[in-house]
Amino acid sequence: MHGLINRAIQSFVCNTYGQSRWIRITEAAHLGFIEFEAMLVYDDETSLRVLQELCLELGRPQREVLEDLGTYLVSNPNTEALRRLLRFGGVTYLEFLHSLDDLPDRARLAVSDLHLPALELREESGGRFSLACHTGLPGYANVMMGVLRAMADDYGALVMLEHSGTRGKAEVIEITLIETAFAEGRSFELGARAG
Amino acid sequence: MIDLEDLAFLLERLCPMFVLLDRSGRMTRVGPTLQKLRPEQPMQGEKFLETFELLRPRSVATVPALMASSGAKLHLSLRDEPRTALKGLIVPLPGEHGAIVNLSFGISILDAVRDYALTSADFSGTDLAIELLYLVEAKSAAMEASRKLNLRLQGAMIAAEEQAFTDTLTGLKNRRAMDHILSRLLAGTTPFALMHLDLDYFKSVNDTLGHAAGDHVLQHVARVMVEETRGDDTVARIGGDEFVLIFNHLQERERLDSIARRLIDRLEEPIPFNGEECRISASVGTVLSSQFARPDASTLLHAADLALYAAKRAGRATHRFYEAGQSSTSVEPLERAATPSPQEEAAAGQGAARNLAS
Repeated sequence: MHGLINRAIQSFVCNTYGQSRWIRITEAAHLGFIEFEAMLVYDDETSLRVLQELCLELGRPQREVLEDLGTYLVSNPNTEALRRLLRFGGVTYLEFLHSLDDLPDRARLAVSDLHLPALELREESGGRFSLACHTGLPGYANVMMGVLRAMADDYGALVMLEHSGTRGKAEVIEITLIETAFAEGRSFELGARAG
Repeated sequence: MIDLEDLAFLLERLCPMFVLLDRSGRMTRVGPTLQKLRPEQPMQGEKFLETFELLRPRSVATVPALMASSGAKLHLSLRDEPRTALKGLIVPLPGEHGAIVNLSFGISILDAVRDYALTSADFSGTDLAIELLYLVEAKSAAMEASRKLNLRLQGAMIAAEEQAFTDTLTGLKNRRAMDHILSRLLAGTTPFALMHLDLDYFKSVNDTLGHAAGDHVLQHVARVMVEETRGDDTVARIGGDEFVLIFNHLQERERLDSIARRLIDRLEEPIPFNGEECRISASVGTVLSSQFARPDASTLLHAADLALYAAKRAGRATHRFYEAGQSSTSVEPLERAATPSPQEEAAAGQGAARNLAS
């Protein structure tokens, strides 16, 4: 798995639960190091072991932990750069949703060896959408749940999200957009760079 | 034929940085994004060439020449600050009704979005500006991550090199480091003195009190030598209980003798270890680089070695300078047996050799 993904998990754990718990997890997972390098690629098995030990350490189910990770990635100041990149997807939450199909391509444009599985948004009736998260990254849909929830806050939109099982091989998230301008949201200026 | 109002309406949607010019070169309509660059100065009604400076093609300075530039890529900038650079294309309207100029930021887009607080809504849906901004940010973030990785790798490399030149037990330089420094000094013109120091009675500390005591003594000795030398002098551990000190510039025998004397005195002070006292001494031989017309590393080390023999022969705890004609062959066999050469003693000092960094 790409170092950026591993690094995201590391950053999430260190900032939410503290460095010492992260070190415990790396030891339990027999990593042999405590810092993932964002620009290196690690084998999937290593990342999955870390994830497993993380859930054991926290005593929480993986889907919950991953959803929190998704929320963290958008809402924490440490990962402001990522929030900004996601906000380039559109001016409104609706536009953002429609930009999700391009997300894997956008990721690859930034970092050529970062491969995210395909996302497919379908518009149903009455402000309802379904997002199919294709296979390739275990727990992808759970992380996306967190990302979608936090991005809704970011845009000031009011949404309801539900993991609604699988369609074919893909996991599906049901999105109900109740109000696009529910709250103020956070500002996004094109010309302001993340520090 | 479409009238100008309808045309302006279409252009506002398709290319929000357009300008409609009448035949005299006056701006009759200005796209909303372009106007946003000068919110306080309405451009409509102004002369195009008075608001914008045409940088290329250089030959174009008049309205007729501008009108005749159809198809050429125009490089322009605003005449007043901030002098944002723009790219443009001019297309004459049929029937000499003026022309349409379409402008874009080109590479100045990054500054422009910041200077004018532009938003997505300021660009047409087909404009790649937003994608370009996304890409710049994404690449900058990725580059920053790579840069950090490079810095860490560089740090690791320096640490690895440092270790390779350091004696891990004492933190002094090792033989390899000393060889490097010596060859660098020999390549230069700075005179220097080279001191070969060998511990006396170290083996008996190792034998009677154990290797831990030996290690402790070596660390203490290292500390003393660092304290008694200047920052740019070199202190290296080159064998089990053998050390080389290199003093840049220093050629005065008196000073060197007093340094050696002080080293010996301090090393003779009992070193406490786990309730016991370790007692050692040292013999020192010194050579000056100026003693040889063309000194090389092995000659100097050998000369210092000979001076060290002389010191040992003189009854240990002594300092001797190298004198031409000194030789190890003058050592009597009997005397040699009583006073082992530094090499022999080092070989015997297994405890010290055990900890010797390669």
